[in-house]
Amino acid sequence: MAGVAVSTTINGDHVEYLCQPDETLLDVLRDRLGLTGAKEGCGTGDCGACSIILDNRLVCSCLVLGAEAEGRIVETVEGMAHGEKLHTLQQKFLEHAALQCGICTPGFLIAAKDLLAKNPDPSEEEIRFGLAGNLCRCTGYDKIVRAVQDAANVMKGA
Amino acid sequence: MRYIRPLSIEDAVGLLAGASGTSAILAGGSDLLVRMKGGFVEPDLIVDIKAIAGLSEIRETADGFSIGAAVPCAVLGENSALKKAWPGVVEAAKLIGSKQVQGRCTITGNLCNASPAADSVPALVAAGAKAVVAGPSGKRTIAVEAVPIGPGKTSLSKGEIIEAILLDSQAPRSGDAYLRFIPRTEMDIAVVSAGVNLTIDEHGVITAARVALGAAAPTVLLVAEAAEALIGRKLDEAALERLAKVCAGACRPIDDKRGTIEFRRKVAGVLARRAATTAYARAGGK
Repeated sequence: MAGVAVSTTINGDHVEYLCQPDETLLDVLRDRLGLTGAKEGCGTGDCGACSIILDNRLVCSCLVLGAEAEGRIVETVEGMAHGEKLHTLQQKFLEHAALQCGICTPGFLIAAKDLLAKNPDPSEEEIRFGLAGNLCRCTGYDKIVRAVQDAANVMKGA
Repeated sequence: MRYIRPLSIEDAVGLLAGASGTSAILAGGSDLLVRMKGGFVEPDLIVDIKAIAGLSEIRETADGFSIGAAVPCAVLGENSALKKAWPGVVEAAKLIGSKQVQGRCTITGNLCNASPAADSVPALVAAGAKAVVAGPSGKRTIAVEAVPIGPGKTSLSKGEIIEAILLDSQAPRSGDAYLRFIPRTEMDIAVVSAGVNLTIDEHGVITAARVALGAAAPTVLLVAEAAEALIGRKLDEAALERLAKVCAGACRPIDDKRGTIEFRRKVAGVLARRAATTAYARAGGK
């Protein structure tokens, strides 16, 4: 199969890659670009572990072809921290122990980032609905919700 | 496999019409990529229609709305004019999948995937929506209910693409609604569903109605007798009971892990009643 040449922007950096036409963006990120934050949980858009932001929309990168990223803007969990300084959401996930095994965490972080960008002061219900596309089998979700609420409070004051 | 992103609908039609082997149209990919992943389809050609001018837009026209085939459902929910005119259609579209899926999935894809349980389809059928089909011999406009012909099968021929879904301007004193039953609060596939669109006169008497049921037969059901049960009446208890009875009788459901035939029949009637009640209130009926 002939490769597809793609030129895109990932976490603010211009990136070029060659991928197979049937290769998902998730596989491109992980296997070609070394961005292993996004995880493959189900591979069918049900679990949200591969969540990224594509042109300001939260999507599952397992349901996007690598070829589709041409000319678009991709944000992954790797773009959240600035050097050693964690994003407020990352800090609050640590403080609230909002993770255990960690597989779902990058997806939750990017989904929560997207949620707070669009709704800086969400109710608990809005957080639960906003994160319903992300599955976590460890925490029971309460700690995640509390971490997002705390982060929202800090980010509002910032 | 080839991946091509044409810039015009004519080029897309030409690619599909000229393709040998299996070809697939890619808009949101939330069905196609899952089927590819599962090995259910191995396309030789994927035609990504998102770069085609106009296909990613909702346009307000003199007649109503034209929703491009590549418009994600999330965008429908952000369009206040569309939400105001067709709240039932927008609610139905917003029920598909998670927020992640909403950012990609389209009502045209939902229609062409031809699942009997597609959420947006009964709402579109109740709303009298039409599909603009571009093909090798030009364009034609067909009723949405003419697209699915069986589970996973559509009436579209080789080379044809639905480029937009058309909704008329909602008539005065009209309202629509869509409801589905699922055993959890969200992110599930309809066990059974109902879409209702109706118009009333100044006295609250129903003058026009369309009732559609989902997951109740191999394809969406437009139930003419259900509309007849409503037209010429106010939405009183007798009309609602008649509606529920007719809808239960019109179902041709299957028994499966999501629900039994008996359950689907009963709930189809209940949902039709409730959707009609909401649609009636939205039309201004009391």
